[in-house]
Amino acid sequence: MVPTLKDIMARCEALFEDLHFNAVKEWKAAVPGRKAIGFMPVYVPREIVHAAGMLPVGIFGGGDQMEVIQGDAYYQSYICRIPRSTLEMGLTGRLDCLDGMLFPSLCDVIRNLSGMWQVLFKDKYVRYIDVPHNYLDSVGGEFYIQEMQTLREDLGRIAGKPISDEALNASIAVYNENRRAVQDLYAYRAQKPWQAPTAEVYLVIRAGMVLPPEEHTPLVRAYLAAVDLEDRPKRDKARVVLTGSFCEQPPLSLIKSIEMAGCYVVDDDFGLIMRWLLDEVPADGNPLEELSKAYLHRSAQQASKFDEKKEDKGKYLLHQIKQGGAEGVIFAAASFCDPALLERPMLQDILSKQKIPYTAFKFAENTGQMAPIREQAGTFADSIKLWSDA
Amino acid sequence: MRCFIGIDLGSTTTKAVAIDEHQNIIGRGITNSRSNYDTAAKIAKQEALVNARFYLFRQALSQSSALNGALEEFLAQLERDFRLEQFLVQFTDLEATCQRNAEGERFGDASKAVLSALSELFQRLRIEAPTLFAPGAKRRSDFFRDIAGSRYLALGEEVAKEGGIRYDMLLNVFDRSIIEVENRDYGSAISANLLAALDRTFIALPETASRADAIRAPIRSVLDTVLEETYVIGTGYGRARLPFSKEHIRSEILCHGLGAHMMHAGTATVLDIGGQDTKAIQVDQHGIVESFQMNDRCAAGCGRYLGYIADEMNMGLHELGPLAMKATKKVRINSTCTVFAGAELRDRLSLGEKREDIMAGLHRAIILRAMSILARSGGIRNEFTFTGGVAKNEAAVKALKDLVFENYGEMTLNINPDSIFTGALGGATFAYRAVVEEGKTAEARE
Amino acid sequence: MNTTIQMTPAQPGKKPVAEVQKEDAMLLQKEMLNANYKDLASAHDQGRKVAATFVPGNLNELVMCFDFARSLPETNALQNGMRKKSGKLIMDAERDGHSEDVCTYVKSDLGMMLGGEIGPTGEKLPTPDLLLLSYTGCFTFMKWFELIRQKYNCETVMLHTPYQGDGKITQSMRDYIVKQLKETVIPTMERVSGVKFDIDRLRQYMRESAKAEDDLVKVLQSAKNRPSPIDGYFGAVYYIGPIFTAFRGLPEATQYYDVLRREIDERVRNKKGPITPDGEMLEEKYRLVVEGPPNWTSFRDFWKMFYDEGAVVVSSTYAKVGGVYDNGFRHDADHPLESLADYCLGCYTNLSFPQRIDMICKYMDEYEADGLLINSIKSCNSFSAGQLLMLREVEKRTGKPAAFIESDLVDPRYFSGANIKNRLESYFQMIKQKRAVAGVVTAH
Repeated sequence: MVPTLKDIMARCEALFEDLHFNAVKEWKAAVPGRKAIGFMPVYVPREIVHAAGMLPVGIFGGGDQMEVIQGDAYYQSYICRIPRSTLEMGLTGRLDCLDGMLFPSLCDVIRNLSGMWQVLFKDKYVRYIDVPHNYLDSVGGEFYIQEMQTLREDLGRIAGKPISDEALNASIAVYNENRRAVQDLYAYRAQKPWQAPTAEVYLVIRAGMVLPPEEHTPLVRAYLAAVDLEDRPKRDKARVVLTGSFCEQPPLSLIKSIEMAGCYVVDDDFGLIMRWLLDEVPADGNPLEELSKAYLHRSAQQASKFDEKKEDKGKYLLHQIKQGGAEGVIFAAASFCDPALLERPMLQDILSKQKIPYTAFKFAENTGQMAPIREQAGTFADSIKLWSDA
Repeated sequence: MRCFIGIDLGSTTTKAVAIDEHQNIIGRGITNSRSNYDTAAKIAKQEALVNARFYLFRQALSQSSALNGALEEFLAQLERDFRLEQFLVQFTDLEATCQRNAEGERFGDASKAVLSALSELFQRLRIEAPTLFAPGAKRRSDFFRDIAGSRYLALGEEVAKEGGIRYDMLLNVFDRSIIEVENRDYGSAISANLLAALDRTFIALPETASRADAIRAPIRSVLDTVLEETYVIGTGYGRARLPFSKEHIRSEILCHGLGAHMMHAGTATVLDIGGQDTKAIQVDQHGIVESFQMNDRCAAGCGRYLGYIADEMNMGLHELGPLAMKATKKVRINSTCTVFAGAELRDRLSLGEKREDIMAGLHRAIILRAMSILARSGGIRNEFTFTGGVAKNEAAVKALKDLVFENYGEMTLNINPDSIFTGALGGATFAYRAVVEEGKTAEARE
Repeated sequence: MNTTIQMTPAQPGKKPVAEVQKEDAMLLQKEMLNANYKDLASAHDQGRKVAATFVPGNLNELVMCFDFARSLPETNALQNGMRKKSGKLIMDAERDGHSEDVCTYVKSDLGMMLGGEIGPTGEKLPTPDLLLLSYTGCFTFMKWFELIRQKYNCETVMLHTPYQGDGKITQSMRDYIVKQLKETVIPTMERVSGVKFDIDRLRQYMRESAKAEDDLVKVLQSAKNRPSPIDGYFGAVYYIGPIFTAFRGLPEATQYYDVLRREIDERVRNKKGPITPDGEMLEEKYRLVVEGPPNWTSFRDFWKMFYDEGAVVVSSTYAKVGGVYDNGFRHDADHPLESLADYCLGCYTNLSFPQRIDMICKYMDEYEADGLLINSIKSCNSFSAGQLLMLREVEKRTGKPAAFIESDLVDPRYFSGANIKNRLESYFQMIKQKRAVAGVVTAH
């Protein structure tokens, strides 16, 4: 039976809201000995986890429905919220289903969280995943391959069997397919944003953080098929790219508020890991080398990643704007997010020079007040429309 | 007799506690912290010593059995009469001060009219004064500034109109004068005021007059007893401004921990939520602080937050708790940031959430912050003592009970009706320990 | 994160111990720092190129091989903070669109650029010809130089130092850095400066560095004595100045540390306490280890809260921010590039969290400290994120009390003196009380 849109969204929503990760527990229980490895945003090479026969699980914070007590006990008021809620989930047993955690090289807060995890969860596998800021294959590439090799060996040991090149290549192929589906999803929304509202697209993406890619890819395809059958009215809204929410996630109600206020989000950086590598990774070569090359030469730009040349700054954002036919940019950064907030003035500078309008606000994953954001997004949408009519 | 005194100089009120050689609390005193901290400390201490006299009266009179069965009634009347006497002394001074301040060039042509309006005003006030201290009379505050001020304002407008002067002239005189008066010390009048009050009491309770001598004797002997200020310890935010040497100053964290231990000997963890800060303190079996944490630089979730909410809702601070208790539905409030609270509140109201449900959510949000600070200090251990202004708010207490149970299981939660004196009691106990256990003698004041 | 402060000599009449030697060291340091600002101001006139770089992962020996004048933006921000200029600079940068949430060193620097690049001493600082982005132990560094590049359009070269996530330096990390040096950093510096790289020159500088490092370690470890002859935090920021900045590898620095070490040896022999701005500290009542950078805008007031109570800091992690030497690491002329790699990898903020906790526990033990104080800095997530866990772990492992205060590097809006003083007093009294109780217990 073909699932209806309602079924699909109900499933995605349930997965999104379940902070006890029952989907992960069920996946593990289905075959004895299965293991799951958590990762935080923005990017880790999930292919290696997958090739070890393990489930990579994206841990994207606690959202706006969880009370945080112990997590707050470890952080000062000037630190963002995602490490608090992540610790809270860990300390309250919600992440017990994970056999390890990977912490990407993203910012000092997440970096230090990797060490806190080592102290607090001594029986779990914990690894900080460094990625190179030198983009020469012989320099940064070699280092990165070695980093991935270490992860490969560690996970092979935990799995009880080394990870073969064949297994890695097979996983690369699986993720290639998933990436294609996600790219199609984004392309579809950019084309018909009234058909695929961002709140839905977001939930479909988030489902991929807990589902194995073999299940997520058909889910994305099913959503695309189902949503295209819907008869949804096209409205006169401003087309915007939303940027800066690559780590801590805004609450779903905030995403809805932006679209309700008169914007169509045609591109964003939620769940960036699914679109981090920009194209196919060859699945028939030396797998780590191919993953490294894809990272070094064909991956998205993001605030935590060094831009070698001044001219490179903002290229990806401009590409997103062009590709999505956007008329403006909304900078939505988590409060106290160093990468997003330090990057912002540079991107704004570039947009100003290109005469692309933008607006900016900050949020926390548990932001409760939507009225100011609705107002701001609405005013922004109105001003874009006025500007384009003039 | 030897008295050990602790003075807690807080940002809004100054508290004093006196204990005796057996560590019994014999007196408590409280006054508003005024511009002059020295005076505030002195007056709080005097209040505590007056309170100690009443403690001793009670002891002496119950031993003499001169007032069999009528002791409490008599002492209550005596206290009211004493308050009235004290009030009248200060009131007389206030009148003189006001007259003085109204003289001269200040009001130009209106000078005369102002002076006569003042006379008229004070005459009316004097007539109604006894009713302020009548049995069952309700006062919003016991501080002279508040009692005298509220009546002055209430009657002043009419008097000004009748006298053909501007009301603000009278206000100006009052504002100028009250500062002088409240920074003056009336300690020397205490004994005389007590004796005068005694005469009033015999009149008010004529059935006791026949036993006047039997009652007077023990009271006189108490009055003759010198209450020696054997050792004084100062604490609280203003402690650095007390004219004490370093030996006589303790941090309010230490005093708070010890005070909570003295009130509830089983105390292991103390939570104090005051207006400006939240403290979590762990104490050992002697009441010595083992660790403490305070809210970080961000004051989210302190008592002041409730003040903002009350302003935002156009309600009195004391009405918030009772309203929250009427909640029937759980509403999650995420922001304890005072800056954002208003916006979130309005958002919720516009979404049709009920005020009482939102209020309950707000109280829980505050207590959640406190729970984090407690976790930071090492968690909650049995017994758990809750102090500070917010401990008087029933909705906050309910939220705390719920969260303690959810996170730590069954615990003994102590909330003392006199918790406002916790720091001062700790100070008094430090004073006792300094002399009795460490053999220190009081140093001359610097 | 660095130290170029001028300290007034002890007040007259307040026990002028070893006055001459102290003056020697202080004067030397002051001269050096002023000379560097002069050097920078005149560099372009003299046809010299200017390189800007950061304190942690500072490759001074290598940079000197290309005759660059060296500018350290952190030091500029710090100096502007000490001179009470940073508040305005920060607000200027915020008005220019920088978030109130981010690092105030960065904003102070950008504010200075907006105001015409007038440096802390009033001399105009030159636009750098090269930004040497040593990405060591702090993510913000990367954005900082990207921001400067965005304005100045100057050449930027990245030296990426991997993080010691597993608490160890692997050969792959070392190789990565050495390769970056060989293939990108050195060629870029040759091109920008027009000077050919001479490895023997590098070796010579490194030999000087190692000598100075030996003396620095002796100075810092003198705090193991009772009383400690130095303050290992407030005092140490003066001591680490030259070696963490533009002087490591120069004979002037070697000489400075030699003079300083002899002066401190003398204080140890005479059982003298540390020199504070108000004179010598007479009675050592509390010995503390401090984690986290100091506040610069109220540096003196902050220090006074310690010495007024008889508290001396015997060791601090901040004094290791530009290089950890007390674990035995020295710049090694025999393996120059490898040892530069190890230097970068080993800087304090590049250590893993468990390593940092181990280091503090070790200091608590070796320096016989009464407790740990954490000064949590809003700007500095590299230090601050997780410090509350650090506090709990250190308490658990050492049984000694720890305390927590908050301030900022150079944002005067974020220094609440009364608040900090209140907590410090409570903390010192708590230590005293605990000691009294312990005394009673042992006496029984």
